Amino acid sequence: MSYDYEKSIRPGKLPHIWCPGCGHGIVMKGLIRAMDTCGLDRTNTAIVSGIGCASRLPGYLDACTLHTAHGRAAAFATGVKMAKPSMNVIVCGGDGDGTAIGGNHFIHACRRNIDMTYVVMNNFIYGMTGGQFSPCTPTGAKASTTPYGNPDPVFDISKLAIGAGATFVARTTAAHPREIDKLITMGIKHKGMAIIEVLDDCPTTYGRRNKFRSVVDMMKHLKANAVPAVAAAKMTAEQLQGKFLTGVLFQEERPEYTAQYAEVIKRAQGA
Amino acid sequence: MAKKVALLQGNQACAAGAIYAGAKFFAGYPITPSTEVAEELSNELPKVGGSFIQMEDEIAAMAAVIGGSLTGAKSITATSGPGVSLKQELIGYACIAEVPCVIINVMRGGPSTGMPTGPGQSDVMQAMWGTHGDHAAIALVPSTVQEIFTETVRAFNLAEKYRMPVQVLFDEIVGHMRERIEFPEPGELEVIDRAAPTVGPAEYKPYDATKGQVPPLAAFGSGYKFHVTGLNKAADGFPTTKAEYVDAEERRQINKVKDNADDIVKFEEYLTEDAEVVIWAYGSTARSARYAVNELRKEGVKVGLFRPLTIWPFPEKRTFELAKQCKAIVVAEMNLGQMVLEVERVAKGNCVVVHEGRVDGEPINPGQIAAKVKEVL
Ligand SMILES: Cc1ncc(C[n+]2csc(CCOP(=O)(O)OP(=O)(O)O)c2C)c(N)n1
Ligand code: SF4
Repeated sequence: MSYDYEKSIRPGKLPHIWCPGCGHGIVMKGLIRAMDTCGLDRTNTAIVSGIGCASRLPGYLDACTLHTAHGRAAAFATGVKMAKPSMNVIVCGGDGDGTAIGGNHFIHACRRNIDMTYVVMNNFIYGMTGGQFSPCTPTGAKASTTPYGNPDPVFDISKLAIGAGATFVARTTAAHPREIDKLITMGIKHKGMAIIEVLDDCPTTYGRRNKFRSVVDMMKHLKANAVPAVAAAKMTAEQLQGKFLTGVLFQEERPEYTAQYAEVIKRAQGA
Repeated sequence: MAKKVALLQGNQACAAGAIYAGAKFFAGYPITPSTEVAEELSNELPKVGGSFIQMEDEIAAMAAVIGGSLTGAKSITATSGPGVSLKQELIGYACIAEVPCVIINVMRGGPSTGMPTGPGQSDVMQAMWGTHGDHAAIALVPSTVQEIFTETVRAFNLAEKYRMPVQVLFDEIVGHMRERIEFPEPGELEVIDRAAPTVGPAEYKPYDATKGQVPPLAAFGSGYKFHVTGLNKAADGFPTTKAEYVDAEERRQINKVKDNADDIVKFEEYLTEDAEVVIWAYGSTARSARYAVNELRKEGVKVGLFRPLTIWPFPEKRTFELAKQCKAIVVAEMNLGQMVLEVERVAKGNCVVVHEGRVDGEPINPGQIAAKVKEVL
């Protein structure tokens, strides 16, 4: 039986702008399934993004959608959540948007542990602007601004989120579509900042330059190198070389920011 | 019943005005000389069920304020020149997405870090042009503590009415000065809330010009699902590159201010009826200017004061009339020549326009202004 995505998509907004084979569409479908599983009332759900191919996602979804400026999604979303804590807040965007220009907002949203679910679509590149390297482009890889290979070290987004204080951090890939909605669902249900990093692909600006002959090749690469965190515990450092851990990477309970602020309001009102 | 009075600092009066206007959300980042606005609101907002957040920088603060306002909460941020520089991209976002919000700029001197504790009036051009692309701006310039209160209320009203960011600029002198202030009773000053949609969620379009030059803005979480973007968009809020939509929308957004300039522009005049020389001054400088007028009048000099409370949109009509009436306009401001450029443009050669500026961290004193008036007599 095929899944009914139609009811979540805004009438007349398809086709989307993404290239054939782009991973962002897979993530969008996962997000729709997760929102359905959680039974989110779309009139009370804000989906906030920055700028980039990934950040075009909210425009297709029937909800309160906010397409902001490059890098600023987490900060806009913080305003939405603070001013109306009863809203469900979902943030989505690319690796460049979230961890380069938006890196400061990203870490501070994690630190506050404000209740939102942030889906980072990490395709290792700035797709929209034509394939310049991002903080997540592998060292040595080719990008339009690293013609001799990328000299930059790489951000591990999930580790960054854990270090910054997010209380739910999980990773999967576009080659694991079932896990995408499973993890986003867990993120939405989690009370606090949930970061879901989805490694996906940009065949147009990254794959092409880095000797991936096809989208299938890129998917195979994601599949071959994904190691569930539970399995990794039994592997040696050597075996883990070049692999990325998937599944729930970190989870803890810590007071959520708007709940803390509700206490501030009580104290201010002398309750 | 006697009015409630207090001895209040300008920045505190600003916070009090915000509460009076119904502000429910503040996001900011500390910077001298504006910090007391944040401190005061961190204390007052939770009392009225609102919320306060100190963000990681001014860009984040501006972003949060726009996000907060989209949920229907009247939202405000406060900063100084360096902070406004950081907010510029998102001020443009609030313009094109038409999101009401208030930005307080307690001005200090200098480009960059400049003189953090010294006064300045050098952000007045930035208030108009400090974001890329064509856009309209509204900026208010109170000159007393009482006026900071009332103009902050007016800023919220204009933001809500015209669905756009409104800046209130005052220099460090008025921001930190303590003066007696009378609190208006509730209901005494007009408080405007943004227009509610006139159609149900199914028909609602956030940029539908057939609903008026300022289409109603629904709130997130109120049953309306809609899209907000910084891209050029059509009436339904979705991105478009179609020339006819882009052009019409950009013009509407500029015309909503231009066509309503009489409603937005506010000024005060002192002894201008027979003035041969008009001093054009705002903020704390206008207080020195008024003193200078009084002193010069004692000597028989026919001089008056034009004091704008709105600098953007520029008070063109009245400035032009005065230019036709007088021999010279002396523009006094704590910068090296900013509003004087507008006065010159508007005077169209009908009178001499000269500038008296100062950027050494000291206020412009009456003697300095009087000397300039005598020079042009
Ligand atoms: C202030 C600002 N700087 C730069 C840009 C140009 N820009 C648009 S999208 C983008 C990169 C997007 O990359 P990413 O967030 O990784 O998303 P992707 O397109 O790969 O999905 C850049 C640099 C911009 N829009 N605004
Ligand atoms: S350029 Fe890359 S990221 Fe952008 S839509 Fe195409 S494949 Fe996707």
